[in-house]
Amino acid sequence: MASDLPPPYTALTRHPMMPRASHDEAARFNFLTHFNRYLSGAIGAGNRLAYEKRVLPRFRAEHGRDPRHRYEIRDAMDRDPWHRAWSAMKRNSMEMRQHNGRQIVLRQLDEIDGMAAQYNARSGLLELDSAIEQPPYQTAVDIHCQPGGYHGGERDGDVAVGANYDVGLFATTGGALGGLNDGGGQAVVEWLRAEHPEWRPRRVLDIGCTVGHNAVPIAQAFPDAEVIAIDTAAASLRYGAARAAGLGVGNIRFVQANGEDLSRWPDGHFDWVQTTMFLHELSATAMPRLLAEANRVLAPGGLILHLEQPQYSDEMPLFEQFMRDWDAFNNNEPFWSAMHAQDLKQVMKDAGFGRDCQFTIGVRAVVDPAIFPPSPDAGEEDFGRAAIWNAYGAWKAIPDAEVRAA
Amino acid sequence: MSDDFDWIAAAGRRAKGKRPDYFDDPGLDRLYSMVLAMAAELSALRERNDTVERLLEANGTLRREDIEAFVPDRVVADERGLATRAYVSRIMRGFQQELEAMEADDPPIQHWVDQLAQD
Repeated sequence: MASDLPPPYTALTRHPMMPRASHDEAARFNFLTHFNRYLSGAIGAGNRLAYEKRVLPRFRAEHGRDPRHRYEIRDAMDRDPWHRAWSAMKRNSMEMRQHNGRQIVLRQLDEIDGMAAQYNARSGLLELDSAIEQPPYQTAVDIHCQPGGYHGGERDGDVAVGANYDVGLFATTGGALGGLNDGGGQAVVEWLRAEHPEWRPRRVLDIGCTVGHNAVPIAQAFPDAEVIAIDTAAASLRYGAARAAGLGVGNIRFVQANGEDLSRWPDGHFDWVQTTMFLHELSATAMPRLLAEANRVLAPGGLILHLEQPQYSDEMPLFEQFMRDWDAFNNNEPFWSAMHAQDLKQVMKDAGFGRDCQFTIGVRAVVDPAIFPPSPDAGEEDFGRAAIWNAYGAWKAIPDAEVRAA
Repeated sequence: MSDDFDWIAAAGRRAKGKRPDYFDDPGLDRLYSMVLAMAAELSALRERNDTVERLLEANGTLRREDIEAFVPDRVVADERGLATRAYVSRIMRGFQQELEAMEADDPPIQHWVDQLAQD
């Protein structure tokens, strides 16, 4: 019975930059961890029940047909008392996570900022560029209901948003990402070790890295590689660079840059370009631009990999699409809906990755099983939040001329 | 912390972006926020109580820094996790039973009042 209990907050690794949570602050996250799992598991099932028992029959009676789009289901479910109450609780849970995280971080902001400044002055891992502007898709709303988004702050040069992201990710994901919230990066590393054990990347680019929690495990797994982790948000990069330095990682650099314009790096510079749960934070025009740039800086024979939740397809039931869309409308993830409705394989092809060099794999967060139980999955899925992803990837084709020469 | 920085006010700032209205009466939206925050506070208080009991049991006395430094081992963490799960189950009883009711599709009780008056 205890086997699927989420771990307590104290199971998180207390790396040097991790803001210290008091006993009660940790206990509040423990409540939220349990509450989130309860909402997605035991009573999350009520949404389907409400849909099948009353929402769908009423829709059929009103329209004389079944819903044709997930948005029609959303309009109907948004009038259902069960779904309203469930959504209100889930939204509040996210807001409480942000509030608790910000109380932890802001009451000790002087210490955290001071420590970050010390690490960043000594480590050489941070490279900011004040000319980089925040793109509109990052500033339209505060993503994930995090006040300040990933770029804002309480004062110039602070690390509040990065620190808050790091302290609270545990509660949002029900403790499924492991001690360093790095289960996604660990999953990619494990896949490479199993499927391509001989492959050794030399230069890796992680786009949209925020605090680098998924880029650091790549740097750790390939100590001879040089990892460049980019983001437009200086506030996240400052924290991420200090966090990596605190963890003793030296082969990573946090660079302020926009993935839509990678012109500072020459063609074919990297042999691995990675994004993790990032493409859905872009926009319809930004995503193809970013992928085309990723294609340009990737060397022939190199790997591009995107970890995302599964794309919607005609095979995916509309109700599941509607449930997976929840975060777009309730958790300030405005591109989530449109992005997941795209045919990502076609988007990749348009960016220069031919279909014959593409692949998709399923991966789940790799965590220490002695401390962390498995993420809830089939039948108890937290739509869009489970630590189970589809990886959309490609090995960039090597031009025929180069193959012949080699 | 700098004297001129009100971290309590800053921590409570809203996120940019219009918040959905979940209920027709905005008062209900506010009430959900309060009830859930209080539920979290009570849960934290119960966990603190558990920590205090364990420290007293082990040491016979109490220092506040020991409360802050307390890290449950796996066995204790599971005991506390089960207690939190049971607590969540208690405060969520109404919703969980409503879910069961949706599944059961019982007729109104009047149906059985009438039925048994005749049978």
